[in-house]
Amino acid sequence: MSARPGFPLPVPSEDSAPFWEFLQQGELRLQRCADCSTLAHPPRLMCPACGSFERDWSPVSGRGTVYSYVVTRQAVHPSFEGHTPYATVVVELAEGPRLTSNLIDVAVDDIQIGMPVEVALVAVSDEVTLPLFRRA
Amino acid sequence: MESLRNRVAIAGVGETEYSRASGRSETRLSLEAILHALDDAGLTPQDVDGLMRWSVDTSSEAEIASNLGIRDLAWFGEINQAGNVGAALVAHASAAIATGLAQCIVIYRGVNGRSGRRYGRGEVTGRRGQGAAAFTEPFGLLTPQHQLAMVARRRMHEFGTTSRQFGWVAVSEREHANRNPRATFYETPLTIDDHQNGRFIVDPFRLNDCCLETDGGGAFVLVSAERARGLKKPPALVRAAAQAGPGDRGFVDTAAVSLAPRLWAQAEVRPEDIDVAQIYDHFAPYVIFALEDYGFVERGEGGPFVEAGGIRWDGGMLPVNTSGGHLSEAYLQGMNQLIESVRQVRGESTSQVANVELSFCDTGIGTGAVILERDA
Repeated sequence: MSARPGFPLPVPSEDSAPFWEFLQQGELRLQRCADCSTLAHPPRLMCPACGSFERDWSPVSGRGTVYSYVVTRQAVHPSFEGHTPYATVVVELAEGPRLTSNLIDVAVDDIQIGMPVEVALVAVSDEVTLPLFRRA
Repeated sequence: MESLRNRVAIAGVGETEYSRASGRSETRLSLEAILHALDDAGLTPQDVDGLMRWSVDTSSEAEIASNLGIRDLAWFGEINQAGNVGAALVAHASAAIATGLAQCIVIYRGVNGRSGRRYGRGEVTGRRGQGAAAFTEPFGLLTPQHQLAMVARRRMHEFGTTSRQFGWVAVSEREHANRNPRATFYETPLTIDDHQNGRFIVDPFRLNDCCLETDGGGAFVLVSAERARGLKKPPALVRAAAQAGPGDRGFVDTAAVSLAPRLWAQAEVRPEDIDVAQIYDHFAPYVIFALEDYGFVERGEGGPFVEAGGIRWDGGMLPVNTSGGHLSEAYLQGMNQLIESVRQVRGESTSQVANVELSFCDTGIGTGAVILERDA
């Protein structure tokens, strides 16, 4: 049972499964090239920097800042009726990559670009933990 | 290498009425539009040997060909992504005609975008958390509107563009629609206060920043420039047509950052040579961003440019979306804007710009553009 009605749950793929498995184990890790150490998010088959197929998973700090955000004030789909307004943010991690996410402790009207945030791993079902963020 | 320049022309354009409930199938809408476009050119279905479409269009070339009674379909294809492939289709079709692979290609689009599947609700584009969407949809980022609002917010932050400036795009286009009897918002005024008082849908997008949802069909016909000169209407020569796919660009960059240098080089003209422009306006700020990223104005100058009346038919330096665009005429995903681009070259627009020689059309966030030229 999802704790976030209306919001689709992620469907892990072969490439992205470790990302979701590490979250279930309580860690935010990003895909990293085993040859040139470039981080890639979302995960992919090859390193876009050096062309290597060798990948590993690197722990990251979970700290960053709000890079951009939108506030959905009108439900775009019937399954979201009653769940607006909600904000979606893009967080730029200290390590560089950007993640789309939500803030768990900031009212939608208080969000600002540049706001420091840190990751909060939240289980939304028995199988899925999402990397959400809180004010740092 | 031989250039494509002015070797191919759009010889005919046509559309159905635009409505909220067409009462007929998307295939029927495409067929009606194709017949109008062929009639406009003085051609018949027996002249057609090529068909091309948006991949998101639901009518296959086989359905269209069998209905039209095409005997030998020599060229067909589709281009994948979303609504943004109109110019890419023109580029592919033009290359085919210029190299003799086909003689007469029809590009069509038929959509029940209001009474049928609605793009704005994620019914078409939503992927249920699969693939790359696993990293966006679980956080409520479901539709193109969400993704584009995210980029727009960051651009507002970096360049100072305002919601009120978005509003001047909507107001300018509405003025054009008020002159166009085909437009959904014909004779329906919009003021800047109306825009600013409009509710937010996905903040920073207000109601009137968002395109229409439309039922309708559109089509146009490409033949060689030489053949077009012998047909019913003056040819709209394809001076340049180019596309841009995904690439290594910044978060706020539209694809025009990659496309513009290639487009202007191919056309051998500069932005200041363009007389009139149609720009894909699924969301009003993307007109401002296109003006900036194609080089019509500098980064950060697009907002002040529209605020000063720069895109209005009445006195603007570069009239934009002269039929009312996707915000106020119809949302046929670039089709109605390509048709308007042709009409401007022919002198047939309801907001005709005087003495048009070069007519520009962006068909989606800088991922493709066509420059049409009046025959000398």
